[in-house]
Amino acid sequence: MQFLRKLLDQQKPMFEKGGKLERLHPVFDAFETFLFVPNHTAPAKGAHIRDAVDMKRLMMTVIIAMLPCLVFGMWNVGHQHYLAIGKEADMIQKLIIGLWATLPIIIVSYVVGLTIEFYFAVRKGHSVNEGFLVSGMLIPLILPPTIPLWQVALATAFAVLIGKEVFGGTGMNVLNVAMTARAFLYFAYPAQMAGSSIWIYLGGEKTVDGYSGATALGIAAETSANLPKGTEIGGAVEAAFAKSWTPELFTEWNLFWGAIPGSIGETSTLMCLIGALILIATGVGSWKIIVSAFVGTYLTGLLLNALAVNAFMAMPAHYHILMGGVAFGIVFMATDPVTASHTETGKWIYGFLIGLMTVLIRVFNPAYPEGIMLAVLLMNVFAPLIDFYVVDANKNRRKKRMKYATV
Amino acid sequence: MAETAEKTAEVKPKDGLLSKKNRKLLIDPLDGNNPITVQVLGICSALAVTVQLEPALFMAAGVTIVTACSNVVISMLRNSIPSRIRIIVQLAIVSLWVILVDQILQAFFYDVSKKLSTYVGLIITNCIVMGRLEAYAMANKPWPSFLDGLGNGFGYGLILVIVAFFRELFGSGSLFGYKVFAAAGIPYMGNGLLMLPAGACIIVGIIIWVQRALNGYSEDH
Repeated sequence: MQFLRKLLDQQKPMFEKGGKLERLHPVFDAFETFLFVPNHTAPAKGAHIRDAVDMKRLMMTVIIAMLPCLVFGMWNVGHQHYLAIGKEADMIQKLIIGLWATLPIIIVSYVVGLTIEFYFAVRKGHSVNEGFLVSGMLIPLILPPTIPLWQVALATAFAVLIGKEVFGGTGMNVLNVAMTARAFLYFAYPAQMAGSSIWIYLGGEKTVDGYSGATALGIAAETSANLPKGTEIGGAVEAAFAKSWTPELFTEWNLFWGAIPGSIGETSTLMCLIGALILIATGVGSWKIIVSAFVGTYLTGLLLNALAVNAFMAMPAHYHILMGGVAFGIVFMATDPVTASHTETGKWIYGFLIGLMTVLIRVFNPAYPEGIMLAVLLMNVFAPLIDFYVVDANKNRRKKRMKYATV
Repeated sequence: MAETAEKTAEVKPKDGLLSKKNRKLLIDPLDGNNPITVQVLGICSALAVTVQLEPALFMAAGVTIVTACSNVVISMLRNSIPSRIRIIVQLAIVSLWVILVDQILQAFFYDVSKKLSTYVGLIITNCIVMGRLEAYAMANKPWPSFLDGLGNGFGYGLILVIVAFFRELFGSGSLFGYKVFAAAGIPYMGNGLLMLPAGACIIVGIIIWVQRALNGYSEDH
C-alpha cells in the first residue's frame, strides 16, 4: 500500500495544473480514487451532508448485490452446457465452462465502456465517475452466453455514447444504460438475441437427443400459439413445461432456483432476491419500486387469469415472476436511481406499471417473448411525467389546504 | 399580377439573378437553417423513406420540385389570394404538383414509385412545403421564392441522402442496392436497428449533434 501511495505521489505533479500531462488528470484521478480514499472531504464549516456513502461506494454495493447472480449465472452456463451435451460434471467443471463463456463478455463490456468514459472525461475535463462500473457488469448479465463479442462491444459503445454521454454523462441519461445496450442488440441483431438456439453455450459439442434450447417464456408463448382447437387452456402451459426434454427442467422449484436456459445472470429468481435484500438493506435500491413491480407483475397475471382466452393468459400468475428476466430487471434495472421516478409516490406507480407492462408485452405481443426490457425502457421515458403529476398533485393538495386555512 | 411585379421592380433596384441575397436563399437551408436538423420539419418522411439511397434521392427530388414550383405559383398569385382562404389555395396548388410528381414517377420509375408508396402523396402534408409557402412565398417575388424552395428542398434532400447512406450501408451492407461489403470481401452482418425508423431517428440525432458541434451551437439554459 505504502509503495502504491509513493508511486502515485511521485506521478502526481505531472498531472496537476501546469504539469506535462495536465489533460490526462481525470485518468490519474480515477486511478487514485479507485485505489485510495479520496482526500477531498467536506470542509468543517457550512451545511454539508456528512455520510460515508459516495458514488463509488453506492456503485460497489450494487456490484456486491449482483455477485450472487453473476456466480450463479456462471455456474448455470456450465450446468446447461453439460446438460445439453449429456455429460456428468462437478461444480468446478461447470464454473470453469461458465467462466470461459462469460469472462470475455464481461471484459469486452468493461474495456469498451470504460474507454469511452475515460475519453469523454478527459475531453470534458470531468473526473471519471463510477457510473459505468455497474452498467459494465449489468450488460453481460442480461446477454445470452453465446453472444458474439463484437456485438457486445458495439452494443456497449452504443449504450454509453447514445444512451448516456449524449445526454451529459452519468446521472443525466433518460434510459437505463444496460437495457439500452440490450435493446440495441435485440433490434439490430435479432438472430443472436432471440429464438431457442442461443441460450445454451455448446462450445461446438454435440447435443443429446431431444435437446431443445427454448426458454420457459419461449415454450409458454409457443404452446399458447399452437394449442390445438378445443384443448383445455387451463394447465396447458404447465403440461408443456412438464414435458421438457430433460426431466424437471421447468418445475416451479427449478424456475425459482434458476437452473434453466436464459441470459447469463437473470435465470435465478432466488439470487435476484438475495441481491434485492442487499440493495434494500443498504438503502441503495428503492424497496418501493421492487415491491410494487413484483405486485404489479403478479396482479396483472391474476387479472389475465380471470380474463383468460388462451393458454398463456391462463398460466398461473406466479410463473410470470419465476420465468425470464423479470426478477433481475426489477431488482437491478427498475431501481436505477437515475432513470426511475424520484418522488416516493411516483416510485409506487412506476414500479407497478413496469410489472403490468412486462406481463402485457409477454402475453399479447408474439414478437417479444420477454417484456421486462421494453417495460423498463418505456417506464424510464414516463418516469419524469409521473414525477410531474405527483409533484403537481402535492402542490394542489397544499393549495387547497391553504385556502381552507385562510377561510 | 404583371402590374404588381412591374411596380415593385420600379421601386427597388433590381437584384441580380444570383445576387448575394439570392445565393443566401439557396445556401442557408443547407446548414444554418436546415429544414430537418434546425427547424425540425419533415421528420416523418425523413424516417420513412431513407432505408435505401435510391428512394431517398427520388423523394428529395420530389420535395424539391414541389416546394420550388409551388413557391413560384403562390408567389405569383400572392397579391390576389384572399388571406382568409389562403391555406386551401396553397393546398390546391401543392396538390397539383404532388400529383404531377406522382404520375411522372409511376410512369417512368415504377419500381421507385412502389417503394415510396404513399409517401409521395404525403408530400402534400410535408411541413416544409407549407412552411415555405407561408413564410416566404406569400411575401416575396417569384424568383427569390423559387430559389428559396429549391434551397429548402436541397437542405431536406441533403439530410435524406446522408441518413439513407448510413442506413443502407450499415443496415443492409449495400449502396444503391450494390453489396459493398460483399464486393470488398468483408463479411458483414446487417444491423437491423438501422432498418427500423428508430434507427433513422438516431442517425438524424447524431447529424444534429455533429452539426451543432461544428457550428458551435449551444442550448440556452
